[in-house]
Amino acid sequence: MNFGFTEEQTLLREQARRFLDDEASMSVVRELMHSDQGFSTAQWQQLANLGWLGLIIDPDHGGVGLNWVDLIVVLEEMGRSLYPSPFISTTLAASVLGDLGSDEQKKDWLPGMATGQQIATLALFDRHGDPIAENITLAAEEADGLVLNGTKQFVADAGSADLFITACRSGGSLKLALIPRTAEGVSVTATATMDRTKRTGALELSNVHVAANDVINLSNDDLSRIVDKGVVAITAEMVGAGEQVLEITTGYARERIQFGHPIGKYQGVKHTLADVYVDVESFKSLVYYAAWTIDHSPEELPRSASLAKAYASDAFAEIGINGVQLHGAIGFTEEYDIQLYLKRSKWARPIFGDSDHHYERVARMAGL
Amino acid sequence: MDFEYTEEEETFRKEVQGFLDENLPPRDQRGKGFMSNWLTKVREKRWVGFSWPPEVGGGGGNLMQQVILKEEMSKRRAPPLGTCMMGLAWVGPAIIQYGTEEQKQRFIPDILDSKYHWCTGYSEPNVGSDLAALQCKAVRDGDHYVINGTKIWTTLAPIASWISMLVRTDNFGDADAKHEGITALLVKLEDPGIEIRPIENMAGDKVFAQIFFDNVKVPVENRLGDEGKGWAVTISSLASERSSIGEVTSMYSKLETLKSLIKTTEYNGKPASENPEVRRTVARFEAKIEAMRLNGLRYLTRQIKGEPLSSETSVNKLHRASLEVEMSDFALEVLGPAGLQLREQGGSVDNGKWANDALDWPSVVIGGGTPNIQKNIVGERILGLPKD
Repeated sequence: MNFGFTEEQTLLREQARRFLDDEASMSVVRELMHSDQGFSTAQWQQLANLGWLGLIIDPDHGGVGLNWVDLIVVLEEMGRSLYPSPFISTTLAASVLGDLGSDEQKKDWLPGMATGQQIATLALFDRHGDPIAENITLAAEEADGLVLNGTKQFVADAGSADLFITACRSGGSLKLALIPRTAEGVSVTATATMDRTKRTGALELSNVHVAANDVINLSNDDLSRIVDKGVVAITAEMVGAGEQVLEITTGYARERIQFGHPIGKYQGVKHTLADVYVDVESFKSLVYYAAWTIDHSPEELPRSASLAKAYASDAFAEIGINGVQLHGAIGFTEEYDIQLYLKRSKWARPIFGDSDHHYERVARMAGL
Repeated sequence: MDFEYTEEEETFRKEVQGFLDENLPPRDQRGKGFMSNWLTKVREKRWVGFSWPPEVGGGGGNLMQQVILKEEMSKRRAPPLGTCMMGLAWVGPAIIQYGTEEQKQRFIPDILDSKYHWCTGYSEPNVGSDLAALQCKAVRDGDHYVINGTKIWTTLAPIASWISMLVRTDNFGDADAKHEGITALLVKLEDPGIEIRPIENMAGDKVFAQIFFDNVKVPVENRLGDEGKGWAVTISSLASERSSIGEVTSMYSKLETLKSLIKTTEYNGKPASENPEVRRTVARFEAKIEAMRLNGLRYLTRQIKGEPLSSETSVNKLHRASLEVEMSDFALEVLGPAGLQLREQGGSVDNGKWANDALDWPSVVIGGGTPNIQKNIVGERILGLPKD
């Protein structure tokens, strides 16, 4: 029994921390988040050189072949720094290809993703709701492969993606179509979100032909596994971000003097921060375990992922608000960093399902 | 990370399970002599005081074995391992760490054999969370101390034979040096000058009491640790498993009972479990309990690796406190008027269990540090915020 990290994982965390401290200080993050592209192409190449872009890609396809517990170490640190990049999108896309792709599809895409040449993303859902399979409504016509017409909204990192793994249905079944940005009939409108470190966009498809060997059959279980991995990735970032809110705000509470004492001496402030600590510790444990189940106990993944995301969505939303509120007026200024974490908490809440969605799923799995 | 158990650990788990198969009949088949037989049997296995060193009669169980034993026992809702609750939880560990050889020989075997009850005398009428401000005083008179003062909210005092208590022997009225001058004494509750007045709690039980000490003479050999150094005795660091795994197992079984309750309780002619708010609430309890389980495993891993824990166990204490209050309260909400009869009033659902639980929680939630104190501990010791 060992619910801790290995020495290698600790070194990986140190490496991530060093890179982010050196290359992605808050002033750099702010510069990137106000740029059109939203991330740094030069740094993307550095991520590839560090092996992170191929972290979970198998060595046969140019990756490092590590697992999800290793991955969350890096994600936690990226979350702490609010590091902007299409890292989660590309990693999830790589994971989908690794699990479900044909040999040919893997050969076509994975090596380029590991070296940083190709950025990929998932374009899954057309609506919000439950069960998730019903959220895929884009209909495809069958014609020696598929023909797609329609628009996918809220596609993460749409602006930078070279490949869109696009969910649709044809006949009664779900499919994933591999659509390169360069395919005929594809157009993309990209935008930032309230959290400018996270990008989104719309993928418009007008008579896009997808060859039969660029199509993957998708079962409901496959879909839920994809989403659960997304949940783990986002929640791991929330752990780092949550800890950073705590770090910034306890620092402020130790130094800000009112009524003759540091405000952290007062229980109204102290207890709120203690609640934040309890919550971050708790969704940290939940997401660590969920990450472990991905590679070691897949049948436990749905419940573990939902418990983690449900807890974290509620708690982190509150943490974002408390971080700003405990700073008083200065927390509300653009110049001060704490508000960026509040924006991240708003962004993270609905992505891959909010707490209502995940608690309902937990209730269903418990036979209620 | 790995969540496997070693072969030795699995063997130990099987041993515990085998023991329970043999010695723990279903509730309705337990005869009159069951409890005394149970206590003898678990004592023979050295599972009473399992974490204590073998030299004093303990089981010398390592951390993982302690977890496994607690887990298996609470899975099967087994009776406690020994009935001397306070002795096993607090007084025994303190005597083992701070006691003289003579004290160990005199008290530890009786605690292990559940001979009589102990209680612990900390709170006083004006001293609760700020325990170090205690005023009950003891003055040295030759080979005796003479105690005058009072202790209150002393759990089990009405049935206990001995009390391990904190008194002030120095620094009277010196608030700045209040942690010094406190001394721990072991006192026989039959001694002359002691009066015990039981206090009824809101659940109708008389498990705690106020104790009055009027010129009570206690021999010096009953002092635990050095004079004036009693504060340390309250925080015995005797290594024992602190992952709260046993508690988690019982929280999970309480959750299961709650799930059946909402399936069988109807509102508008439909099971309450169809109501989205009800479903969400129960799932939220599940998330907290699972977080407790996993927090416990993370802290246990650190203990096994020999990394000292700071006050991280406060995290699970806070979860437990809010769950105890919220779960029983939620059950009453779901039950409506049917939840309002206590056990002794013929409780119409689950023998009044939920009604009694809704009044019983303070013993868990307030005893051993209120949630507000736990939050101070987290804020000050872990987050480094200035002391109050």
